Amino acid sequence: MVNVVVIALILFAVWTGWRVFRVDSMVRASFSLMLSFIAVGGVGVVLSMPYIGVATVFMMAVEMMAMAIFMVAFMMNPAGLNPMMMVHQHKFSVGAGVLAWLGLSTAVLSAELPSAPVTSEQRVVFDLGIELLGPSMLIFETAGVTLLATMVGAVILSSREGRYGHADHGSRPPGLAEGGDPAGRVPDEGGGHHHHHHGGH
Amino acid sequence: MTLTIVLLGASALIGIGLYGALSQQSFVMLMMGLELMLNGAILAIIGFWSLGLAGMPEGQLLAIIVMAVMAVEMALGFALIVAVYRKRQADMTEALGTLKE
Repeated sequence: MVNVVVIALILFAVWTGWRVFRVDSMVRASFSLMLSFIAVGGVGVVLSMPYIGVATVFMMAVEMMAMAIFMVAFMMNPAGLNPMMMVHQHKFSVGAGVLAWLGLSTAVLSAELPSAPVTSEQRVVFDLGIELLGPSMLIFETAGVTLLATMVGAVILSSREGRYGHADHGSRPPGLAEGGDPAGRVPDEGGGHHHHHHGGH
Repeated sequence: MTLTIVLLGASALIGIGLYGALSQQSFVMLMMGLELMLNGAILAIIGFWSLGLAGMPEGQLLAIIVMAVMAVEMALGFALIVAVYRKRQADMTEALGTLKE
């Protein structure tokens, strides 16, 4: 029974992961990725890793909502009204992906895998808590400091008021055609780009 | 038996993620490929911990570290996208050609 649920969840995770790069809308793609993560979290819950599984579901739900908002804010075609296929080096990528899949699968199938399942009387969440605040406390705290540094870095990178003036000073959007007029929004005063065009480079 | 299936699923997720990270032009779609690879890594950790390690607590710790890596990747990735958009108004990798030649 457990096996059937695990296999179904894994198939669902792989299928939704594949759908991420096949749907026509970036919002749908991020929700598809969220479903893939939720399925993996479900595998964690079924395979007696409830804390990690539930934490994955919570974290990914928030993260993919942020991603969907980003799609609407920045990206073209978030609604999926047109077919979307924005790829480069496509054959190489397909080859690399298939090669990675086949190589890892061969390694899995040819390796002698250990068999030592978790028993039902183990207190896995209790063990994790003792581990986090005991022997592995330094690792756990390092992860916390890393996340703090990430927050500082994210604020600095995304701030409009850069250290050396406005972050969009001199911003010049790429042209629609090679060497053509800039596309998109022209930053207003303070952005450094005044309202006459400079022509191509 | 189940461990093999879990690991095969994880390798499929990693392969799809690699394809996405290499092929997508949009920054956010590219990040989705990276996230999909980390998703496969978490799946492999869950499988190994639950079926092959007899529940060693360090295995769960590794999963937590992968989740922290994911959070760092997402936060800094989005911040970089915002910074690039401010400077170049670009959301595609092809629009960043200044390092060419």
